[in-house]
Amino acid sequence: MDFTTHVINGLGLGSIYALVALGYSMVYGIVQLINFAHGDIIMVGGYSVYLIMVMNGLPAWIAIPASLIICAVMGMLIERIAYHRLLVHNAARISLLITALGVSMFLQNSFMLLFGSEPKAMSIFDSQPINLGSLVLDFSTLLNISVSVVMMIGLQLLVNKTKIGKAMQATSEDAGAAKLMGINTNNVVLFTFAVGSALAAVGAVLYCNTYPQIKPDMGNLLGLKAFVAAVLGGIGSIPGAMLGGYALGVAESLTKAYISTRLTDAIVFSILILMLLVKPTGLMGKNRKEKV
Amino acid sequence: MHLLETKDLGIVFGGLQALNELHMVIDDGEIVGLIGPNGAGKTTVFNLLTGVYVPSGGAIRLEGNSIIGKKPYQINRIGIARTFQNIRLFKNMTVADNIKVAMNQNMKYKILTAMFRLPGCWRQEREVDKKARELLRIFDMEDTADQMAANLPYGQQRKLEILRALASKPKLLLLDEPAAGMNPTETRDLMETIRDIRGRFNVAILLIEHDMSLVMNVCERLYVLDYGTLIAEGSPDKIRKNEKVIAAYLGC
Amino acid sequence: MGGTKKSIGVSYIINTTLVVLLFFVLLIFINTGVIGRYNTQVLTLVCINIILAVSLNLVTGVLGQLVLGHAGFMLVGAYASALFTKNIGLPLSISFPISLLLGGLLAALFGVVIGIPALRLRGDYLAIITLGFGEIIRVVSYNLEITNGAKALSGIKSLSNRQNPSPMFIYAFLIAVFIIVILFTFGRSRHGRAVISIREDEIASESMGINTIYYKLFVFVFAAFIAGVAGGIFAHNYGTIDPAKFDFNRSVEILIMVVLGGMGSITGSIISAGSLTILSEKLRDFSQYRMILYSVILIIVMLFRPSGLLGRYEISVPKILRYIKKRSSNKKVPPEAREE
Repeated sequence: MDFTTHVINGLGLGSIYALVALGYSMVYGIVQLINFAHGDIIMVGGYSVYLIMVMNGLPAWIAIPASLIICAVMGMLIERIAYHRLLVHNAARISLLITALGVSMFLQNSFMLLFGSEPKAMSIFDSQPINLGSLVLDFSTLLNISVSVVMMIGLQLLVNKTKIGKAMQATSEDAGAAKLMGINTNNVVLFTFAVGSALAAVGAVLYCNTYPQIKPDMGNLLGLKAFVAAVLGGIGSIPGAMLGGYALGVAESLTKAYISTRLTDAIVFSILILMLLVKPTGLMGKNRKEKV
Repeated sequence: MHLLETKDLGIVFGGLQALNELHMVIDDGEIVGLIGPNGAGKTTVFNLLTGVYVPSGGAIRLEGNSIIGKKPYQINRIGIARTFQNIRLFKNMTVADNIKVAMNQNMKYKILTAMFRLPGCWRQEREVDKKARELLRIFDMEDTADQMAANLPYGQQRKLEILRALASKPKLLLLDEPAAGMNPTETRDLMETIRDIRGRFNVAILLIEHDMSLVMNVCERLYVLDYGTLIAEGSPDKIRKNEKVIAAYLGC
Repeated sequence: MGGTKKSIGVSYIINTTLVVLLFFVLLIFINTGVIGRYNTQVLTLVCINIILAVSLNLVTGVLGQLVLGHAGFMLVGAYASALFTKNIGLPLSISFPISLLLGGLLAALFGVVIGIPALRLRGDYLAIITLGFGEIIRVVSYNLEITNGAKALSGIKSLSNRQNPSPMFIYAFLIAVFIIVILFTFGRSRHGRAVISIREDEIASESMGINTIYYKLFVFVFAAFIAGVAGGIFAHNYGTIDPAKFDFNRSVEILIMVVLGGMGSITGSIISAGSLTILSEKLRDFSQYRMILYSVILIIVMLFRPSGLLGRYEISVPKILRYIKKRSSNKKVPPEAREE
């Protein structure tokens, strides 16, 4: 395989990171919380598709929207049950983080109990290699890239052109002022969790299609890397999350090809540490000043 | 040489010139007021003076030495202490401990000395405890020394914040709306206290305040900001008659 | 922190006596075989977990920064010290203490490398970076030659044997006591106050002349050092280690001990570390449900009692005695009455 193929494969992988990173980034932008459970939402999305398609034999066009809805509802439930009370009481950040961690552990371990910890095989779309001139690419790679681009454009339109999108921007800028302007910030937060979780479900579908298996802890490393992508691009920024995802995917693909397969994750992680040292706000992040 | 001098001091937030070419001087032992309508950039000045923000341009000198680029803790150690508009106490620490945190910079014993409780540690701890309680006596708060700061009534919380700032032995004390939320009697007491502090601690004071009776009574000189620009300076009497100031406050 | 000097002195004497007594009683039981080999190992594990919990409590409870990779530092310490004693060729009684120090130092070095980028920033970066560190260090040690990869590193000699069953326990107990004592004195010094003030309000703390980055880094690196030492004892207590022993679940277990014991309470961490360790050893068959239970506990405690089950208060025998005395003489005592 040549360099171009590696880069394009990296973009395909990066598209998944990007979609998951969007969820982290949006939630962080609104409530300044690293939602540890976000990675596990991907897992929930994967298992929903598995349950509907493989176990019940229904077609993909039912399974995919269903998993989107399941994840969105799950995201809202998590917000209401676990975070809401802490958010409205303005609790210490560390309490929120520990709660998020608890939710993540709960999801993972209960799925482990329900479905076992061994991976389950599944495939969503038939994937055939596609020849583009001298390039040979997987169908899934192209699908990932195009879906992620469509999603980002859609999300940009949602945030910039719709009423709820503007409410999201206002809440992210200054929740107190947004409230005074008549914005129901509770609903905005809920909506953000729903959208972020639905995007994670899209990521889950693409992930399961690319690497056709699921297991209860699949969200761990994927979630971690997506968070790295969000920080890399500048947390809170939508184009930043996309850019960070692509950059991370390409970096990973090139590392695997030219440096070392086994230490890829360590190298990816070092990128995060270097980034935080050099430019903590990320590639496209704004420098948000804490009010004093 | 002035105690504090700023020249052409300015800062830009994402395209907005929040403060523009501020010239300001404060001399030893002066009480100076910084006033202006909401959003005029007063607290921004405090944040610049204490190193929380880094200015986009201009100079800040304390006793002739530039303090730009210094970290907030370094600036506090060389002589500028502040209070906050929305009280920032260490809520789950005792009142005495709040003050001792500010005295930390003048204590010498090292971490290892602390871990093995060597004699230096005991002696300095006794001294600092005594000093903290003495300081509390200024506001008649010595009885509250062992209470949690969060349990103090609002007025005492404001006072504790001032004491905590004084405990770091500043040459210049910045008070951000010290009378906010106080009733007229409390405000009158506060005026006395501010004068008293100046004399007792030999400290210059720069204060932001909306309560005009307090400002006009206590301050010897005033700076007036509007939209980040200095529109007037001088004695309270002069400011009272200044047309630009009247316009800014009435919004014409 | 009231209390006269005399009552503080009395407290010290009573607490010291009780600890010494406990130590010798356990030691006699172990040496006479009343406590068997397996239970001695469990007791040693209790001490190790206490060391881990109080060190994590320093960062998470006292400083207020969430660390999710404590097991990662433990792993570094465990492998470093095990490889040292295996390869150095010195008698174990000499090489073991050196190896613990070495393990601690290497863990501290990792602490510096990830602490500097994470702690310069305000916010929650430390949580995610330590989480990442814990995951990555495990993946890396699966793939290295020196750690023997996914196969366990075995044949680590223990100081304890059939004739002399107690040395590992003695080491673990004494190190635990030593660390508890220095953390107590640190917490009640000017440096401890500085650290607590950062938890309470970082901006105010910095504007009062506290070098917040220095203290944050010191506390984090020191905790990493202690975790490394604990890892070294752990490795030599069991004789075999593999990366899976130091996974995310172990980090969470230590965090649970801190949260249940009360964020910032050293005695709370000790009690919960002790009881949870014994409980999870006895309930091994239910380990599947354990993590679910832990996660639910975490969420509920955070929702309804965010400062942890026991809050920030320290427990001591004299304090309990005094409380009972006052109770029985029918005086009202506020529950938060606390003394040294």
